[in-house]
Amino acid sequence: MNFNFGTDIAGTTFPNPIFTASGCAGSGKELVHFFSLSDLGAIVTKSIMLKPRSGRATPRMAETPSGMLNSIGLQGPGIDLFLENDIPWLRDQGARIIVSIAGETVEDYAVLARKLRTVSGLSAIEVNISCPNVENRGQVFACNPETARDAIAAVRRNIGGELPIIAKLSPDVTDITAIAQSVVEAGADSLALINTLLGMVIDTNTLSPKLSQRTGGLSGPAIRPIAVRAIYQVRAALPTIPIVGMGGVANGRDAFELVLAGANAISVGTATFGNPMAAITIKNELEELCIARGFNSFVEAVSYAHRTESK
Amino acid sequence: MINSKAVQMDAEIISNKRIGTYNHMVFSVDEMANGCRPGNFVAIAVGGPASSMVLRRAFAIYRASMRADGTGLLELVVAPLGNGSKWLASQVAGQKVNLIAPLGTAFGIPTQPVNALLVGGGYGSAPLFALAETLKSRGCRVDMVLGASTAGKIYAPLEGKRSVNSLTITTDDGSAGTTGRVSDVLPALIQEHEIDLIYSCGPMAMLEAITAITQQVGIVHQCSVEEAMACGIGVCMTCVLPVEGDDGVIRMTRTCVDGPVMNGNKVLWSKSRDIPDGVWGK
Repeated sequence: MNFNFGTDIAGTTFPNPIFTASGCAGSGKELVHFFSLSDLGAIVTKSIMLKPRSGRATPRMAETPSGMLNSIGLQGPGIDLFLENDIPWLRDQGARIIVSIAGETVEDYAVLARKLRTVSGLSAIEVNISCPNVENRGQVFACNPETARDAIAAVRRNIGGELPIIAKLSPDVTDITAIAQSVVEAGADSLALINTLLGMVIDTNTLSPKLSQRTGGLSGPAIRPIAVRAIYQVRAALPTIPIVGMGGVANGRDAFELVLAGANAISVGTATFGNPMAAITIKNELEELCIARGFNSFVEAVSYAHRTESK
Repeated sequence: MINSKAVQMDAEIISNKRIGTYNHMVFSVDEMANGCRPGNFVAIAVGGPASSMVLRRAFAIYRASMRADGTGLLELVVAPLGNGSKWLASQVAGQKVNLIAPLGTAFGIPTQPVNALLVGGGYGSAPLFALAETLKSRGCRVDMVLGASTAGKIYAPLEGKRSVNSLTITTDDGSAGTTGRVSDVLPALIQEHEIDLIYSCGPMAMLEAITAITQQVGIVHQCSVEEAMACGIGVCMTCVLPVEGDDGVIRMTRTCVDGPVMNGNKVLWSKSRDIPDGVWGK
């Protein structure tokens, strides 16, 4: 059996298409207790900001049917400590590294990109634009084609070199293909689909929202059909753009579904909270499924659900 | 960092007995039991393979032991309150559950014999009995206070009581022991038994009330906190509390890897539902 499980994201090759999802694996320092980080296609690190961040007050989490809400608030050490401590460690693990960045202003994204341009050993940059834009009444960058484009353009101008830019989009928009077009025109080499959806849980005992910030991002299998739809729509609109698909993938079948819709790689997020070995299990199951369905390579299966429309 | 002894395994349920409002559950866990210390917890997947409950449930380890035949036992006290713990409590002997243990920090054991007071709220008493045995074996005097809203919610098995010098019960409704809260009886007990060190486990409000007393009289307070967790292994950043570090910096600290046992005197309790001023990165 010489099934080729490798995938390609904007010129960077990965030995298999299963990645972690940003914010669902930290920098890998806990998961390495359960498996070798180099066994995954890539580790996507938790979105890092310019300065240290305390994150939000608790409660930050509420479990929901087949999912969860979170409002962590991007707690983290800031880019300088991250580059000093986490990146060398990840390199030592032999992991392929995708650094996820997040900013509150367009200039934040520019500065983060400049700090990353000289860092060796990175496979790609994920630009998380699902953050409130402090210069635009707190409106999320990813929810408007212009602000989404501005953030990506700032990274494009400052990153230099060959490092692929993956723009991570929010599904909380009227037409995700319009946002996708906009960020690709601004220089994104690839898209990450989808981020969490905004949700709320009200505690019927306290009669108040359960999370301290009232709203939170919904993730888990509950959102998977939305991920499949978003990936399918964007693949139809942009036939060649590499897509890193995510959203409620809990097993190999789920990953396969996103691949058929158009994902060139799959990130595993919330499933890791329930099972630290989830990404490895999903990787093995996906490979078996591709082989069982007669594909000679992973790449053959990508976007396969579109075949009748293209003929 | 994650507990270096942590392993993930499918563990068979050996027994499941209803005791008052709780379930005492025993799992077969092989040599993993050797790595468990009082204060550590276990994270269990609930609901079966098609479950809509995507997150593990965390339980303090009641006791862990190795049998002569080399099998290890892990014992839990489960309060079937939510859907996850109700599912677990409904499982019968012979079934298997997926668990990860031991997780988190353990209670620190003094090198010299001291007078220790163990304080438990509700099923928070669970990890204290194994701790009491360890302290007794090191020559400590061990007194215990258990509190709950009502008598049925006091968890104090007979074998547990044997390892303590005295046991004081408090209930909010007066249905057992002294009417009131555990913090009401602490000052007198600290004085009477010349307490050097308090260990506690229970609801956050109780831990905060105990800390107010230990800070006033200047004694060490090791508490096991209960903050809602999503992953239990340090990845998700859900279960944080503001805690002052050894360097004097207050950080939002993960209670799953830097806890659940923490120095209560270093937790900013009154601000635990807020990001206090001065927290790193605020």
